[in-house]
Amino acid sequence: MPMGLELCRRKVHGWHGLGPALVLILMLGCHPSAGSGEARPRAVKIIENKGSDTLVNLALAWAETYMHDHPQVRISVTGGGSGTGIAAMINGTVDIANASREMKPEEVAAAKANGIGPVEFTVARDAIAVVVNPANPVNGLTIDQLADIYTSKITNWRQVGGDDRPIVLLSRESNSGTYMYFLEHVIQQGKPKSKEMFSPETLLMPSSEGISAEVRQNPNAIGYDGLGYVTDDQKVVAVAKNADSPFVLPSVGTVNDGSYPISRPLYMYTAGEPEGTVKAYLQWLLTEGQEQVLRLGFVPLGRNR
Amino acid sequence: MGAMDVTMRNDQPYRSGPHWSEFAIEALIRVLGFSTIGFVLLIFFFLLREGLPIFSEVPPANLFGTRWYPTFEQFGIWPLLLGSAVVTIAATLMALPLGVATAVFIREVAPNWAREILKPLIETLAGIPSVVLGFFGMTVLAPLVREVLGAPTGLTVFTGALILAYMALPTIISVAEDALDAVPKSYRDAGLALGATRWQTIWRVTVPSARSGIAVAVMLGMGRAIGETMTVMMVTGNAARMPLGLDALLKPVRTMTATIAAEMGEVANGSTHYHALFGIGIILFVVTFLINLTAASSIFKKQRKGGLR
Repeated sequence: MPMGLELCRRKVHGWHGLGPALVLILMLGCHPSAGSGEARPRAVKIIENKGSDTLVNLALAWAETYMHDHPQVRISVTGGGSGTGIAAMINGTVDIANASREMKPEEVAAAKANGIGPVEFTVARDAIAVVVNPANPVNGLTIDQLADIYTSKITNWRQVGGDDRPIVLLSRESNSGTYMYFLEHVIQQGKPKSKEMFSPETLLMPSSEGISAEVRQNPNAIGYDGLGYVTDDQKVVAVAKNADSPFVLPSVGTVNDGSYPISRPLYMYTAGEPEGTVKAYLQWLLTEGQEQVLRLGFVPLGRNR
Repeated sequence: MGAMDVTMRNDQPYRSGPHWSEFAIEALIRVLGFSTIGFVLLIFFFLLREGLPIFSEVPPANLFGTRWYPTFEQFGIWPLLLGSAVVTIAATLMALPLGVATAVFIREVAPNWAREILKPLIETLAGIPSVVLGFFGMTVLAPLVREVLGAPTGLTVFTGALILAYMALPTIISVAEDALDAVPKSYRDAGLALGATRWQTIWRVTVPSARSGIAVAVMLGMGRAIGETMTVMMVTGNAARMPLGLDALLKPVRTMTATIAAEMGEVANGSTHYHALFGIGIILFVVTFLINLTAASSIFKKQRKGGLR
């Protein structure tokens, strides 16, 4: 529309060469767009928002709602992984980095070297769901069992009460925040000294869709992903902290009261204390924006955080 | 160069006045021609600059180890190198008989009208985007492989090789067909005149005399397969395991190309992991270059003897 306006203005400037009728038509043509409230202020504020694929749908929903209520703000949201977003924030190409993990010390150091002091905001919580094929009879696994499965100490479903089938391990790529979280909190069970790793047999899928496609059609498969990405055609397994604790299915209630053992905060990072538009947007996210969180399968920041 | 000087000298007597425009055009064409070489060199130097540091940053024992966990400073390249090799070799073994047979059919057996239809159709095959083939492999081929062959998962070397073979076929067929085309008609006539059947002539005379051209075709097909990224990333499962033993065919694998594609987006510029990915790029470049060089050198050798065969 603004381009159209520009065009019209130019035509009208050069009107002395044209017949009066033509000028009239041109002016009529210009009229609707000129009159019907191209009232958008010239200074549109743009917020670049990039990072975690776990967060991308939520960030999009937030951006759409916010832009609807604040037409002077444009927010562009892209995925690519937590590492990608943080790298972009450090390089100064985005205003807000979405991350499903905390920044690593070396990333903070890289930011400092660039003269940037990153600021962290917890914007929602996510539960990591463990999924299997609906035909798999296994209903619950302990964290220990999950760790043994993902390090290939357990290689057959029979060993955890299932059918006599080989276990096929699925994981996100190593640039995914979900991968790091699962590694640190399930496979290494939160011990910083642990040397346990994903088994080399683990299939690294480039996308959430890759995991769900394989889980859907392969009764041998086990995968994990953000609760927001679990579709109805995958079976969610209940998880227990240890052999004595109850098996808990992930849900808003169990994540907020802390009984579901694999849940994590989701973050947004800004380069330095946010100001102006970015600050207003983040404030909105943490208050009114929380209403959107539940709808997208994540867990809002509750009283029990 | 020498040839060009000769033609210019030969042209001299017919010239009338200064031919500066001709000189300019010649110079332009020469610059464009050499710039291709220049670009390749620039790319190679860039690769070297970004990738060579890895060889000093990481001890060789780590670099040539068997564990690829880049987020934990383990840069064992063997699983990736063998992964690419296994997928490429399997794909070549599948594509070779099919490709040569198709080329023989098109050149030696099919009637003219069929050849006119088949040739362009096969060239169209080469135009199918690899992501489409990858999606097909993921959703159709992988479940089939799992159910029919009884593999734990359908995302295997075999599945990847099937699709790569399909992708290498157009290259193999058209180059092999050209090679058969270059076999002089007199060879076939002689074979038939000696009382050989059509099949005997094809199998004992035509194909053997085109064999080095066919070898070139296979080399180029291999080059196509080893560099393929998207499809491989979608259907081979990307597990950085050592593909040793016969059952490796029905297990997942992680190739060099898929590793670069999956991890390059995330690495911090200038980190060890970043250099490692470019290091893989160097290895890939060298391997592809050697394959193409082998193919090209035998083409040149044959051309000197007259004809590509």
